[in-house]
Amino acid sequence: MTPVIAAKGLGMRYGRRWALSDCDLEIPPGRVAGLVGPNGAGKTTLMNLMAGQLTPTTGTIEVLGSRPADRPEQLARVGFVAQETPTYAGLTVGEHLRLGAKLNPRWDQAVAEERLRRLGLDHGQRAGQLSGGQRAQLALTLGIAKRPELLILDEPVAALDPLARREFLQALMEAVAEHAFSVVMSSHLLADLERVCDYLVLLVSSRLEVAGEVEELLATHWLITGVRREDPPEGAEVISASHTGRQSTLLVRSATPISEPGWLASQVSLEDIVLAHMGRPALEVAA
Amino acid sequence: MNGVEGVIEFHLDSRSGVSPYLQLVQQVRQALLLGVLEAGDRLPTVKEVVAQLAINPNTVLKAYRELERDGLASAKPGVGTFVTATLADESLAAHGPLREGLRAWLAAARKAGLDEESIEALFLSTFRTPVTEENE
Repeated sequence: MTPVIAAKGLGMRYGRRWALSDCDLEIPPGRVAGLVGPNGAGKTTLMNLMAGQLTPTTGTIEVLGSRPADRPEQLARVGFVAQETPTYAGLTVGEHLRLGAKLNPRWDQAVAEERLRRLGLDHGQRAGQLSGGQRAQLALTLGIAKRPELLILDEPVAALDPLARREFLQALMEAVAEHAFSVVMSSHLLADLERVCDYLVLLVSSRLEVAGEVEELLATHWLITGVRREDPPEGAEVISASHTGRQSTLLVRSATPISEPGWLASQVSLEDIVLAHMGRPALEVAA
Repeated sequence: MNGVEGVIEFHLDSRSGVSPYLQLVQQVRQALLLGVLEAGDRLPTVKEVVAQLAINPNTVLKAYRELERDGLASAKPGVGTFVTATLADESLAAHGPLREGLRAWLAAARKAGLDEESIEALFLSTFRTPVTEENE
């Protein structure tokens, strides 16, 4: 099956600064992929490259097997909800739908109407008068009614309160279950991503640090503690390490469970894995 | 959004350390053991579950596949996933009297001055001790 995203040596430079470099990435179809990383790590740049809003400085990127935004048919297959839930404050909800219908050849008016009805949104309301949660839901409605094969969402829940955030993710997951499209979504909220995502892409300092199935990442990362020692167990790659005078605590990646005597191994949450990887390159640079 | 229209409603404990799909499996097994779910009942659809819990649809599919593998459920394409077996059986009838006995025991434990933590510790340590005197 054609990957949803296939990037090779992908890089983007603004002036002298590389916002993204040397990115090799392949996201299989049918995933809800979470894109995480510190601010300035290149998440928005990568998403803009996926959406065809930017042209790469180096390398190539294919989305659903074609160059992004290459032809109108390709544009119709990919939905993009940029940061700050893009709606037009001066336009009404109904005008947003008419715009969506006009711009998108595969527009599904029934889906849009049904979602508005359940959200309790009126066609006559202006977007500028909606709450943040409602605006986000309106932007999501436009993204879903476009009936894309891939929906890209840049920080869709960042500005929302916890209830609106949960409602947004409920609506998104329901739409994924119903229409079976792929998702790439960036967020800082790791606990949300742990529920929603089955694929994780982590960018740190403009580079790809980790990409993989969430299930596999959880099954291959271990937190191990033991009497202080410098050498990790055999076959384990150390992601983060801290030592006291007597004890060592390591977060390691290992294909097989750690069963060396003297080490106590436990499983870690996705949040811990992400945080450990985020800290790693910074440490290497500092060393 | 209204509640799920099935017989049971799932919930998720994000701090339990148990993976979400396993929590769903355990909740179905528990409902079967308690007689809340019976053979023939329809489990909530994937769409219903994800709309309620805001989780990945694949998580629900994985849980339902595991229930199918265990012979507890079966999927009818386009209709839903149905409970095919029950775990409760005859033992369910014994639940009432056993619960009464447990209540009496808990009352006795509190009377003896045990707090919640001590009761739990005593129960778990007894529960986990291998039973050797069963052959009497």
